[in-house]
Amino acid sequence: MRTPTRPRSSGAALRRRGLAPVFLLPALALLGALVLYPIGWSVVRSLYDAPGTGFVGLGNYRTAFTDDATLTALRNSAIWVAVAPALVTGLGLVFAVLTEKVRWGTAFRLLVFMPMAISFLAAGITFRLVYEQDPARGVLNAAAVAVHDTFDPDPSYPGARPRPGGPATTSGGAVRAAPAPPGTAVAVPLVGLKPAALPAAAKPAAAPAAGAQGGVHGTVWLDVTPGGGTPGTIDPGERGLPGVTVRLLDGQRTVATATTAADGSFAFPGHPSGTVDLPAANFAAPYRGLAWLGPGLVTPAIIGAYLWIWAGFAMVVIAGGLANLPRETLEAARMDGAGEWQIFRRITVPQLAPVLGVVLVTMVINVMKIFDLVFVVAPGPVQQDAGVLALRLWLVSFGGGNDQGLGSALGVLLLLLVVPAMVLNVRRFRRSTR
Amino acid sequence: MRSLRAAVALTATLGLAATATACGSGGTASGTAADKASAKSLDGQTVSVAAAWTGVEQKNFQKVLDAFTAKTGAKTVYISTGDNVSTLVGSKIEGGDPPDVVMMPQLGVLQQFARKGWLEPLAPAVADSLHRDFAKIWADYGTVDGKLYGLYFKAAHKSTVWYSPAALDTAGVKPPTTFDQLLAAGHTLSDNGLPAFSVAGEAGWPLTDWFENIYLSQAGPENYDKLAKHQIPWTDPTVVAALTTLGKVFGDPQLVAGGGKGALQTDFPESVQAVFGDKPTAAMVYEGDFVGAVVSGELKKKVGEDAKFFPFPAVGTGRPPVVGGGDAAVVLKDAKHKDAAQQLLQYLASPEAGEVWAGAGGFLSPNKAVKPAAYPDDTTRQTAASLIAAADGFRFDLSDQAPAAFGGTQGSGEWKLLQDFLANPADVNGTAQRLEAAAAAAYKG
Repeated sequence: MRTPTRPRSSGAALRRRGLAPVFLLPALALLGALVLYPIGWSVVRSLYDAPGTGFVGLGNYRTAFTDDATLTALRNSAIWVAVAPALVTGLGLVFAVLTEKVRWGTAFRLLVFMPMAISFLAAGITFRLVYEQDPARGVLNAAAVAVHDTFDPDPSYPGARPRPGGPATTSGGAVRAAPAPPGTAVAVPLVGLKPAALPAAAKPAAAPAAGAQGGVHGTVWLDVTPGGGTPGTIDPGERGLPGVTVRLLDGQRTVATATTAADGSFAFPGHPSGTVDLPAANFAAPYRGLAWLGPGLVTPAIIGAYLWIWAGFAMVVIAGGLANLPRETLEAARMDGAGEWQIFRRITVPQLAPVLGVVLVTMVINVMKIFDLVFVVAPGPVQQDAGVLALRLWLVSFGGGNDQGLGSALGVLLLLLVVPAMVLNVRRFRRSTR
Repeated sequence: MRSLRAAVALTATLGLAATATACGSGGTASGTAADKASAKSLDGQTVSVAAAWTGVEQKNFQKVLDAFTAKTGAKTVYISTGDNVSTLVGSKIEGGDPPDVVMMPQLGVLQQFARKGWLEPLAPAVADSLHRDFAKIWADYGTVDGKLYGLYFKAAHKSTVWYSPAALDTAGVKPPTTFDQLLAAGHTLSDNGLPAFSVAGEAGWPLTDWFENIYLSQAGPENYDKLAKHQIPWTDPTVVAALTTLGKVFGDPQLVAGGGKGALQTDFPESVQAVFGDKPTAAMVYEGDFVGAVVSGELKKKVGEDAKFFPFPAVGTGRPPVVGGGDAAVVLKDAKHKDAAQQLLQYLASPEAGEVWAGAGGFLSPNKAVKPAAYPDDTTRQTAASLIAAADGFRFDLSDQAPAAFGGTQGSGEWKLLQDFLANPADVNGTAQRLEAAAAAAYKG
């Protein structure tokens, strides 16, 4: 005890000393009830099984490190921590420096900062729509498809295939017609399209005109009649497929190429024999953009949404730091003939380092507990692929798993992972207040 | 309940208004008829009834309660529990203010309440009506540990394949009655340019319903019951056979609109819209009777004209499956008006009560004595007839009987594994093994 050694421990000081705990008491009680007790209880609870009656020791922690879904969540959380805070800070820095230089800087800052005013839930729903695979609904894929189709138009008849059991067969997406005796027409009956899906120019299917029948010839048509029809023969009303590329093969070699007419007919005059082949490109599925919310891209996609929300915050904080930088150093550097990039790298960034550190550490802590965005953006089938620790914690304890033992274990793990970042932040606080 | 989940899925897509609908009204007293002061058996008594129904369903159930009041003179108070019946009623019991009658939406909750000793067995008169007018299976589902607690009042039918009559006519296809015919019809439809089925793979639960119908028909009700209780493993040959059958649909890009990948991005309302919307991209959608409600409510099409259904066809040599669910009325042990409560159950067991709601629509009665004429349209009559005809072959939804971690959680358990199966239908044995692993973990807990 240090009190007795103090030379002048007057009554007033003693009274003050006695009063301090009294004043501290409410805060301590609150802290204890709201922070310490839950942490302690979580640690205890994590040693028990799902109903909370059987002691399992470290069993829940063992489960956490062997269960596939939890491992995926751990991996994703690691990706988040490694990527998201750095990106947010970097982007914020770029925005802050650039908005300082442009004329409409304030307006621009306001725009970038605006997503902060939107709740994660609403932002999540918005991005769920943005990332939608169907180009008719997802704006990102609509753009991707528009760009793609400018350079590479859609195939004409996606999904068309030879009539099963008919004279034509399919090989690797291409349609191969059965050889016909010389002089007779090659029949290529196709199905799998709605009659209404044919272009308006399509005419009733017919064999090529007599003059063209010198060589291999035939008809590609849609062998579909509402209510039935005879498979494999051209029924009245069945129309040809115009514009289909047809190749004539001799073994593997392409001898000639033709395109079907409006009535679906094609002919290779002067080629008495060969195999008729319709390349797969005629029937390939159209380009539909990327599966943003598929198992592979879902985590990067959600990180993208997170950037959209938080870049503004980082920008504002960093811009604040930027405004407080001493101008002299910048001016001195300029006088010495340093370029803008050199100034940015050698002067601005090092001087901003404390602010950047604060933003980065805050983001790391923030990212550790990321939950709502993942929960809302990831569709059910890929929820596990996109899972992060906090989401997994909730799922196993309340969202159907009903195993609060495992949930508590995950909570304790999450706490252990956040502690280093916290310690770093507290240290920084101390240093800056000293 | 699937219908509940469907409703939630619907509202969620429409902008997450689910929270607003989940908190229903506190209670509505109705005693208009009782005020007429004619001497009736239960004059002056009040029965409180708790149920999850809100909106139209609550209004229609109120009609039934009003009819009870008119008949007996007892007043009724309706308490809306929202989605989570067990939590709300459980806390009311522990708080000493229990309702008299609760409508149980899930078999699991009924069993849980019975085992906690919170339920009063049915009065002999109610039990007699139950045995007389209902198939035995309903009494079985209302029985826990040998005592009869639950009276099933409302049923759901989940073995209906909905189709667009225009699409089938165009392809010259008749509604199939066997699974092989179904596959053949699907291929013909696809030849005509419309993939056979729209499958709501993103939702997960429709996939479990697909499996359950095939399993019930192919493996039979005895195996179905064993699997529901996890007395046989999911690696059982019957499960592998059912998955193989299911794979014949899921693995065929001509039968599933958009293939497995496309199906995984289709949620339930979208799957209905794909068939009955303005730009159809599929000819049929399999799900329960509540598809009709989406068709008439959301899409403004006419059930019976624009949308029809055929019963889920029999697989192999089995009987056509009838899978579904139901709401059971129970009397609580701590009820303050036990007599009146039992009288209400007696009334709910009567065909008269069923006919009141049947006339209002959106209702199927498991009661054999309810007159078919009471239902508002042919489609509902057809579903009701199929439900009654199934008799003891009827089974509750298997995933609803499983622990929620296995059979009722988005993104895990059976839902997730069947979604993986939809993406890769060739992996029958691997899927069976993973299902068993997940089931073993969930049933243990």
